[in-house]
Amino acid sequence: MALPQHLAADVLVIGAGGAGMYAAIEAARGGRSVILADRSLIGRGGATVMAQMTVAVALEESGDHPEHHYADTLAAGRGLCDPAMSRLLCEQGPARIREMDGWGAGWARENGAFKRALAPGHDRARCVYVDFLNTGPAVSKTLRAKLNRIPEIRRVGDLLVRALALRDGACVGASALHLASGQPVSIAAGATVLATGGLTRMYRRNSASANMMGDGYALALAAGAELVDMEFVQFFPIGHLAPRLVGMDPIMWDPFRYKLGGRLLNGRREEFIQRYGAQDDGKYLATRDVATYAIVKEAAAGRGSPHGGAWLSFEHCSEAELRAAGGPVIDRLAANGIDLTRQAIEVAPIAHYHMGGVRVDATMATRVPGLYAAGEAVGGANGANRLSGNAITEALVFGCVAGKSAARHARSDGTKADASVFATEKKRLLEGRNALEFNPAAMLEEIQSLMQDDVGPFRTQAGLERALGKLRSLRAELPAVKPAAGVPYDTALADWLDLCTMARVGECVAAAALARTESRGAHQREDFPGMDAQWAVNQSIAVAGEALRIETNAVPA
Amino acid sequence: MSATAKLVIRRGAPGEPPREESWDVPFEPGQSVLDGLRWIRAQRDPTLAIRYSCTNANSCKECMVRIGGKTVYACIVRLREGTMKVEPLPNKALVRDLVTEIAPPDERLGG
Repeated sequence: MALPQHLAADVLVIGAGGAGMYAAIEAARGGRSVILADRSLIGRGGATVMAQMTVAVALEESGDHPEHHYADTLAAGRGLCDPAMSRLLCEQGPARIREMDGWGAGWARENGAFKRALAPGHDRARCVYVDFLNTGPAVSKTLRAKLNRIPEIRRVGDLLVRALALRDGACVGASALHLASGQPVSIAAGATVLATGGLTRMYRRNSASANMMGDGYALALAAGAELVDMEFVQFFPIGHLAPRLVGMDPIMWDPFRYKLGGRLLNGRREEFIQRYGAQDDGKYLATRDVATYAIVKEAAAGRGSPHGGAWLSFEHCSEAELRAAGGPVIDRLAANGIDLTRQAIEVAPIAHYHMGGVRVDATMATRVPGLYAAGEAVGGANGANRLSGNAITEALVFGCVAGKSAARHARSDGTKADASVFATEKKRLLEGRNALEFNPAAMLEEIQSLMQDDVGPFRTQAGLERALGKLRSLRAELPAVKPAAGVPYDTALADWLDLCTMARVGECVAAAALARTESRGAHQREDFPGMDAQWAVNQSIAVAGEALRIETNAVPA
Repeated sequence: MSATAKLVIRRGAPGEPPREESWDVPFEPGQSVLDGLRWIRAQRDPTLAIRYSCTNANSCKECMVRIGGKTVYACIVRLREGTMKVEPLPNKALVRDLVTEIAPPDERLGG
């Protein structure tokens, strides 16, 4: 059977995580036909399915109010949140959580009420969840089940979107590589939603799915949209480090800490986080930026755990307490040879989330007509540091708004793309040669190490300049070693496309980090410690010709 | 302490005669077969086709293959000393090498 080379729908949603699935559902509710595309399989890649536990939402029946959640979100963002985006997240969170509840998400309950966990940076227990460590799979499964019943949504996996198609400055669809066949595919759409998640797979130590390479940022930038706050990459402080576990997400210790506290200790088995201006006291109170700083600094001072992180100990907890907190996860740990009553494990910061992203307004519209963004792909709501629990809420809320806006735009926009707007990109994909001397998989690991070492949790002018030099020369070298499309599931071509994205998006992160001569939230400069009031501004990035143009803008009121 | 596994991998695309290629893969105890396949791509042959997404969490369920004749997830089977035979799923349409068509038909381009 011949595969179609051209698809069309009113709305194209790129990325089938929580934000993309919600956007697709909402656009279909608006009466539009939808193509939901993902380079991975539908509802399996992305960050949502990996979420371990917390979803922050201010439920008024519990005495909470979105104003309190909003205040905490702004405080965590260290002065850089776009208030309209943060407000939207907090105010519309409850409606999305209740809607998901009606669709059978299965939020944990006690006596009929939602169970809520206290997470660092929140003024009260605010985070709903699905036991055990099952929030992400449950949210994904619920959304998949919902969208599978909507005939207006066509789901297409294995579709790696390579470029947005423009006509008269407006986005009219996208060009993609169909991974399974190796053939180019074009998609005409009245409106397009980028729901491609973040960029944390650009780092050596990451908790990302393979499709989280920053695709949406590169696509948006090339189409003329702006990016904002790109320098703010959140490192989750207590990502699993050692011993090696299989079948476990490196973020897995988060739920254990919510429920049991746990003790974070240095290599000498001393509590240390108070030396860095935070409180922990065997609870889980220090925000992610501070805890990351403390763990890395302690290890750098020669007081790390054997593998260069910190110890996390639950040895003071009883087997019954651990079983109540972890349920079947305790058995999975046992299968890995771990007994938490007898041994501490090692943890260290791991690239987890990107606060920055595509600049949109409160309708999720970029400055490119017809182009919207949602979820982690969007910048603004979380400023310089994200609170635990805000990512899934953001995915659901922003996905819903983006789907609604895209549906409205697709109705008003009669223009449809024809083959001519896709021709250049199709030709580009098919060009190339088999450059045997170049291993894109090896280069990808090299760039991940470069990003980790020079654009990671601690930054210096020298490191950032080194990274920029390497990323720019990589960008110049890549055209000569491009593999030609046509091979089924061509992993070397996929890596090459990822390298193009990494070179451009990595340059955005490094250039913004180099320009910001202060330390704030997740952006820590060794050569500029401490916050500088003059830097209470956002940085936006656009392309001017081939070069990046960085501007500083006052934080929106 | 590093050990070595010999991964014998069945490769090829539909319509080609399948071929076996083998690599000696060094590993630290505890590492998964998926780690070994990723090592082969970065260190030996980037054209080896494998499908995975979450890498370590066993949540995406994309890395399903046959190892030693059993259908398993490559991310949770540990590398061990000696020969390990890795093959694509026999009951799914072959895409290339270890990648098979595991998505439901209505989630594919031709579906």
